[in-house]
Amino acid sequence: MSEYIIKNGNVFDPVQGIRGDKADVAIKDGKIVDKVGSGAKVIDAKGKTVMAGAVEIHAHIAGPKINMGRIYRPEDKLFTCTPTKGIERMGGGASIPTTFKTGYEYAKMGYTTAMEAAMPPLFSRHVHEEIRDTPIIDEGAYPVFGNNWFVLEYLKNQEIENTAAYCAWLLRVTKGYAIKLVNPGGTEAWAWGLNCLSVNDPVPYFDITPAEIIKGLIEANEYLGLPHSMHIHPNNLGNPGCYETTLDTLRLAEGYKAKNKFGREQVMHLTHSQFHSYGGTNWGDFESKAKEITDYVNKNKNITIDTGNVTLDETTTMTADGPFEHHLTGLNHLKWANIDVEVETGSGVVPYIYSPSISVCAIQWAIGLEIALMMKDPMRCYITTDHPNAGPFTRYPRVIKWLMSAKAREAQINAFKHKDKVLSQTSIGTLDREISLYELAQMTRAGPAKSLGLSGMCGGLKPGMDADIAVYNFNPDKPVANPEDIEKAFTRCAHVFKCGVEVITNGELISNGNKRTLWVNAKVKDNPQVMRDINEKFLKYYSMTQANYEALGHHFVPNPYALEVDATQV
Amino acid sequence: MATIQVNLISGRSIQQGVAIEGGKEKPAYRTAAGIIELDPSDLKKLGAWKNTNVRVTSDYGNVVVKAVETTQGPHPGLAFIPMGPWANSIIDPNTYSTGMPTFKGVPVKIDVAINEPILLGIELVQKLCGVK
Amino acid sequence: MTKTITDVICPFCGTLCDDVEVVVSDDGKQLLEVYNACVIGTEKFLHSQSKDRVTRPRMHQPDGTWKEISYDEAAEYSAQMLAKAKKPLMFGWSSTNCEAQSVGNEIAEITRACCDNTAATCHGTSLIAIQDIGLPSCTLGEIKNRADRVIFWGCNPAHAHPRHMSRYSIFPRGFFTSKGQMSRKMIVVDPRVTDTAKMADVHLQVEQGMDYELLDALRVAFKGEWLPDVVAGIPKEKIREVADMMKSGRFGIIFFGMGVTQSLGKNHNIDAAIAVTKDLNEYTKFSIMPMRGHYNVTGSGEVFGWQFGFPYAVDLTRGFARYNPGDTSTIDLLVRGEVDAMFTIGSDPGAHFPISAVKQFAHIPSVCVDPHLTPTTGVSKLHVPVAFNGVEVGGNCYRMDNVPIDCRKVVEPPEGMLTDEQFLIKVRDRVRQLKGVA
Repeated sequence: MSEYIIKNGNVFDPVQGIRGDKADVAIKDGKIVDKVGSGAKVIDAKGKTVMAGAVEIHAHIAGPKINMGRIYRPEDKLFTCTPTKGIERMGGGASIPTTFKTGYEYAKMGYTTAMEAAMPPLFSRHVHEEIRDTPIIDEGAYPVFGNNWFVLEYLKNQEIENTAAYCAWLLRVTKGYAIKLVNPGGTEAWAWGLNCLSVNDPVPYFDITPAEIIKGLIEANEYLGLPHSMHIHPNNLGNPGCYETTLDTLRLAEGYKAKNKFGREQVMHLTHSQFHSYGGTNWGDFESKAKEITDYVNKNKNITIDTGNVTLDETTTMTADGPFEHHLTGLNHLKWANIDVEVETGSGVVPYIYSPSISVCAIQWAIGLEIALMMKDPMRCYITTDHPNAGPFTRYPRVIKWLMSAKAREAQINAFKHKDKVLSQTSIGTLDREISLYELAQMTRAGPAKSLGLSGMCGGLKPGMDADIAVYNFNPDKPVANPEDIEKAFTRCAHVFKCGVEVITNGELISNGNKRTLWVNAKVKDNPQVMRDINEKFLKYYSMTQANYEALGHHFVPNPYALEVDATQV
Repeated sequence: MATIQVNLISGRSIQQGVAIEGGKEKPAYRTAAGIIELDPSDLKKLGAWKNTNVRVTSDYGNVVVKAVETTQGPHPGLAFIPMGPWANSIIDPNTYSTGMPTFKGVPVKIDVAINEPILLGIELVQKLCGVK
Repeated sequence: MTKTITDVICPFCGTLCDDVEVVVSDDGKQLLEVYNACVIGTEKFLHSQSKDRVTRPRMHQPDGTWKEISYDEAAEYSAQMLAKAKKPLMFGWSSTNCEAQSVGNEIAEITRACCDNTAATCHGTSLIAIQDIGLPSCTLGEIKNRADRVIFWGCNPAHAHPRHMSRYSIFPRGFFTSKGQMSRKMIVVDPRVTDTAKMADVHLQVEQGMDYELLDALRVAFKGEWLPDVVAGIPKEKIREVADMMKSGRFGIIFFGMGVTQSLGKNHNIDAAIAVTKDLNEYTKFSIMPMRGHYNVTGSGEVFGWQFGFPYAVDLTRGFARYNPGDTSTIDLLVRGEVDAMFTIGSDPGAHFPISAVKQFAHIPSVCVDPHLTPTTGVSKLHVPVAFNGVEVGGNCYRMDNVPIDCRKVVEPPEGMLTDEQFLIKVRDRVRQLKGVA
């Protein structure tokens, strides 16, 4: 494999504590190394910013609900098509781009790893087919567990070991990466048109509460010692006053400590916090509770979060929180798709327009930024847009602009129709913090990699790590003349390397790399009872036979990378 | 014997399904899909026995098929030809900008054509296309 | 000694039964018996064994005879045809696996073809309606476990999806439906007294083509508003009775078929049916699902969806994907005479398109990839027989509820025969050379 040396760039690497020093980064055999031979190809990064490839911790980019969005929203393709160009396949779509375009767009912005945030296990083959067709970036997918009948039944009886054995089995057969919960209990209730809006609402028939599901899955996750923690989209998303449910959810992590060999420290990852930080009693007195949420998370080190920034775009919302999407179509009267999945989960899709002229949308915008600015430890708060829910991932450069420039935020606030309401219902106007490039590297690289248990592999530039590297046309030594320059610089990289292969040069694709599918292979003690239960559920309640369930073979996962976990000695 | 006017629909039948998997070049395909299912009252108006060859004519073409008594009736005034080249010789190809031809709801007239042959499926399409 | 293979997937209809068992000879070359499949599925497996099967590509000669050629020659003809054409059409894809579809899409992208699947003549109008108003739906296991109201609207599963009712919708005993059929009310809406209608608790013998009116009347009845005495041939008392039956269920499902997609009104009929479903979610839980026909038409829509952004009627002629049914849809393209080369795979438009559309492609360069002899092969210039997908080669397919299931190979294809995917790869590689792309 080729050798490269990226010379004289301003390097930002939280893993090694490098804060913009001029340094060289050497690449050999796909890894970052101390030094390379004189024959190495030289990349001149003088006056540029060098970081590790960015890590996406939560985005909906592959699978049945994303494709439902693509299929039922032809309008999303209007004016967003990209033609075939050399090795680049044609693409289309703004909020739900085609798979090829998804891979290219991430890579061009310097992202090299991304996690699909909600994989319905029954549809794992579909998720993996789309992952296969998303070039360049390494991807993993989180199967959803929070409404799964096995989990509900085991946890009702506090059977942590059986829950863990089942989780390990499901991760293996679906080639999944982590334990994901979406509206625990609520989506099962939605199968009857109901919901669970607090952590204490009993799930119909199953006679268990969301709180018991959440605690049980934290315990199962730590029993197994998985790379990532339990990853949760809590109950009561998106409603005025929901922050109390969020705090109730966060408190369930108290007393738990991470147990794993991957360097992960948290036991709970709260995703798209913005949607869970609302106060007020209705849309009229809707207000930010970002302070209450971040105060709690700042104090409790066993929790990580991502933001879920609203980008003020027309987009397509999609979530395994089926009842929420039904609620949303009732609010905006746009087309509603729903997919309930037997035994396991459900989901819904509704287009949404975050209009800067609507006070609620503007307040949501402010809350997402407040969370990022109020979190004291950037290693525990990651930038996301919950793509495509709060906005498309292609808007990350714009979110970065807002976070790095108080001037850019002020300009946006002044442009809102209901500026006064934004200022009265949030504290965005009082925050003058500007995120530094070092903090940005923590929030988009080192932090999410650590939370995912990948800190030995990506998110940093330490020798021995994968050579995932992004070089931006951004000179940190010069003052920013115009905040727009920040957005521009982070939109298209000067160079991107993925596992040592140069994939992007001057914002253009030059290689499709050699993407991998990341999954977690957790071994547990033989558990005949769980195997019998699985067998029985397939015989009685699934519409597919057990022998046809597993996503096997080259077609689905052509280039797997398994993280091995051994829980047989627990 | 008389001419009757009916409303034609086409669609799947299980016999047609079996026949297409058994081979569209075979006479069994014709037996399954080269038919028109009529209500007994319409057969009576037509003045034809069951299993008589008839010519079905629409604005878009005509085809000879066997008139049989429906097993999924009564449906007076409605006729059914299983999906296939016989039905498609006469259905309404208009899509009205939806991409979908009007396979169901085509006004047709039926005449007895006792001595005219019913072509095999492939043969029928080749003949209508002028291909050997 | 024979071998029994279990958990085999039936490659016939969108029900995609995956509990079929087949018995094969010890050498794995012959398929002897089929269990659990319906009559159509059984015939499909057994016909693959017929002795008179065509096993090599053939060129149609002017005198009506056929000349055998090699697969390489067939790939050469196909590649030249597609590379030269200004507006080639690549149609079908519904009876092949997703792997083949992906390769086909690469070819279409390189040759700037129009590509379309059999939704053109089955659920294309449903897709338009879904784009208008959405689709509250679920997987088939949800129906088995929960549904107590099952409506078949303009579809006849007893004939078209023979095991649907026994596997998913009417007879099975599920988690919350332990009494099976006794737990469910079955309503059928059809202008004929179909074999499905004969089983129903209520049959609404709607006047043909009046589905929209009847669906709207149900929406009125849900709200208890005024109705005329008779709508679409159904007395208002009956409409109110059915409306109450639907509202009083705990979990309902509307399955719909060609009766609504192909009748006048088309996508608007489906709009109304989806609106009915949406309304019912104000009172209880309701879903709606198209009864997809070919076993992998759904998969073709999915693959088009994630690769091009649209589920069917995709036009790549400008170098990026466009979609505009009525303009880029196959029947319209053909009838307007815009297509100058026709590549058919996994479908039989010769039998299932209106004859005016068939006449158009009978006189242009054409290739038909199909294991069977069909009216399409009968009017094509080149017939490329291939291994039977789901019998002689596996591959991923999507059930009518979008659930992916990996088909199994159960016997070897006849010596020297290629699969769809293998043939398409040959064509793709040659097209790349001809077009000078990497």
